[in-house]
Amino acid sequence: MNNRGFALYTALALVYAFLYLPIMLLVIYSFNASKLVTVWGGFSTRWYGELLQDEQVLGAAWLSLRIAFLNACLATGLGTLAAVVLVRFKRFSGRALFTGMVSAPLVMPEIITGLALLLLFVGMEQVLGWPDGRSMTTIVIAHVTFSLSFVTVVVRSRLAQMDRSLEEAAMDLGARPLTVFLRITLPIIAPALAAGWLLAFTLSIDDVVISAFVSGPGATPLPIVIFSKVRLGVSPEINALATIVVALVAVAIAVAGRVMMGKENQDG
Amino acid sequence: MQAAVKREAIAPWNDPRAVPLIRFEGVSKRFGDFTAVEHVDLAIHKGEFFSLLGASGCGKTTLLRMLAGFETPTAGRILIDGQDVTAVPPYERPVNMMFQSYALFPHMSVADNIAFGLKQDGLPKDMIKGKVAAALDLVQMGRFAGRKPHQLSGGQRQRVALARCLAKEPKVLLLDEPLAALDKKLREATQLELVNIQDRVGITFVMVTHDQGEAMTMSSRIGVMNAGRIEQVGSPVDIYEYPGTRFVADFIGAANMFEGTAKGGAGAVACPELDHDLSVQGAPPVEAGAAVTVMVRPEKVRIGRDRPEPGLNWAEGVVSDIAYLGDVSIFHVRLASGRKVQALRTNLHHGDDSLLTWDEPVFLGWHPADSLVLTR
Repeated sequence: MNNRGFALYTALALVYAFLYLPIMLLVIYSFNASKLVTVWGGFSTRWYGELLQDEQVLGAAWLSLRIAFLNACLATGLGTLAAVVLVRFKRFSGRALFTGMVSAPLVMPEIITGLALLLLFVGMEQVLGWPDGRSMTTIVIAHVTFSLSFVTVVVRSRLAQMDRSLEEAAMDLGARPLTVFLRITLPIIAPALAAGWLLAFTLSIDDVVISAFVSGPGATPLPIVIFSKVRLGVSPEINALATIVVALVAVAIAVAGRVMMGKENQDG
Repeated sequence: MQAAVKREAIAPWNDPRAVPLIRFEGVSKRFGDFTAVEHVDLAIHKGEFFSLLGASGCGKTTLLRMLAGFETPTAGRILIDGQDVTAVPPYERPVNMMFQSYALFPHMSVADNIAFGLKQDGLPKDMIKGKVAAALDLVQMGRFAGRKPHQLSGGQRQRVALARCLAKEPKVLLLDEPLAALDKKLREATQLELVNIQDRVGITFVMVTHDQGEAMTMSSRIGVMNAGRIEQVGSPVDIYEYPGTRFVADFIGAANMFEGTAKGGAGAVACPELDHDLSVQGAPPVEAGAAVTVMVRPEKVRIGRDRPEPGLNWAEGVVSDIAYLGDVSIFHVRLASGRKVQALRTNLHHGDDSLLTWDEPVFLGWHPADSLVLTR
C-alpha cells in the first residue's frame, strides 16, 4: 500500500511539475532584480513598477480587456441563439449545412480564418467604405466569428440535456414563448452561458494569430504587443505582466468553478 | 370504495341531452408517414375521470398532447366547452397538464413553482399567496413551500406538480402517466388519493396510462386505444365484462377465446376445436356462417373432476400449469386441440388447492350468460 501511495504521489508531483514548473519559473523571475532574465540578481518588485509606467503595455492591456469583454458578450448572445436553433428546431431547410458551418471555425486553422477576414475587411472597405481601416471593431468582429462556435457547443449540450417538458409546462401554465425563454430556459442554461462567456473571453484575450491579421497601428491588443517585445529579447517587465495575467486568470477560474459547482448541486 | 359508488351515480354519457365538455371530431395526427392518431371521435363529460388506456405507441399521449395544445391535429377539430381550440396555443387553453416527469422548475421553490402559473394570469399578489397556500394544503405539502424540487422525494414532487396544475383551476386537468414514476405501494395509495382530490375539486380529469389496473381503479370511463384508433369507450365494468373487440378482450385482463362459426340461432356457435357447440346467452344475432370468437374470462370458468351439469358450456383437458398467487390460483388447462385455457379459483380455505394437481384430467364449465360472442 505504502509503495503504491508513494508511486502515486510521485506521479502526481511530476504531472504538476510538467504543467506548472514553467509558469512558476516565470513568476519567480518576475521578481528578479537583474535586467538579465536568466540571471538571478535578488528579489525586487521594480519591474512591476516599470510596467505601471509603460503607457504602451497598459494601453494594449486595456484595449484587450475591452475587446475580450465585448467579444464575450456578443459571442454568448449569438452562440446561444445558434444553439437554440440547433436544439429546438429539428426541421428546416439547410439545417445540416448550418450545423456544419457553425462548428467549422472550431477546426479551421486560425491562420486561414485570419487571412480570410483580412481580405474581407479590405474588400468591404473598398466597396462600402466600412470598416475604416483595422481597428478595435475589426478585431471584435474577427474574435466573435470564431468564439461564438465555442459558445454554441457549450450551450447546445446543456440545452439538449434540458427536459423539454419544463418549457411545455411553463407554456401550459399560461406563459407566452418569450416569457418561457426568459423565466425558464435562460435560468436553467445559465451555467452554460457563464461558461461560454468565460471561454469566449479567454479565447479573445490570448489570441495572437487572428489578431495579427486584423489589428492595425491604432489598435494593437496585448498579446501582439508582448509578442513584438519578446522578439527584441525577453524583458523582466514582460514576466511581471505575465504574472499578473496568470493571477487574474487563476482567480477568474476559481470563481467560475465555485459558481458552476453551486449550480450543479442545485440541479442534482 | 365510496368514490367508486359515487361515480356510478353520475353517468352523463348515457344521457342524450347532456352536452360534453370535450369533443374530438374526426381528429387525426400524422408525423411524416407515421399515423399516430387516426380519425378519433370522442366526447368527455364534465366531472369525469376519463382514462386513455393502451400500449406504448398506440397514440394515447399524442391525443392528450393535442388536447393540451402541444401538437396540432393534421385533420379534424377539438372543442372544449363549446369553443373550437384546434388552433389555440397551449398558453391560452383552459386546460393544464401534469407531466410524467412532473416538470417542476428546478430553479424555483415549491411555492414559486405553484405561483408561476398564477402570475401569468396577472392576479394580484395577495390573491396568488392565498391560492398557493390553498393548493399546497389540498395536497398536504404546506410544510414544504420553501423547498426546492431536488430536496423532495418522488411522491412529494408528484403532489407539487398536481398542486401547480390545480391552483390554476382549469376546466380540464390532463395527467400523463401520473403515477408511473412512483413505487408500487405509493402508487396504490396515490391512486385513491387522486380520485378523492378529483371528487373534492370537481375538475374533469383526463389521464393517459398503460396500466390497466390503474385505469380500472380510478376512471369513470376508459377509452382503450390501439394503433391510433379508439377501440372501445366504456366504464371499467363495460370494458372488462363486455369487451367489443378481440383486442380489448385480450388487452384488458385475461381472456379465453375459442374460434368458431355462428350457426344463426340464438347465440349458438359451432366450435370445431371442441367437437361440440357453444352457446352464448344474450348475444346479439350474428349472420349464420360468420367467423366469430367466443370469449370467457378465467374467473368465470369452473374447474373440477366431474362433467359439468347439462346446459353449461364445457371442455375437457389436462392441468399443465398451476400458478399459485396466494389469494387465487390460476390453472392452465391444455385441451385436446392444444389450446390452453385459464381457470381462476379463489383459495377460500387453507390447503384448498391440494385437490387438483399437475397432469390431472379435468372438466371446465361455464354458464352461457358469462361468455360473449366477438365478431371483430
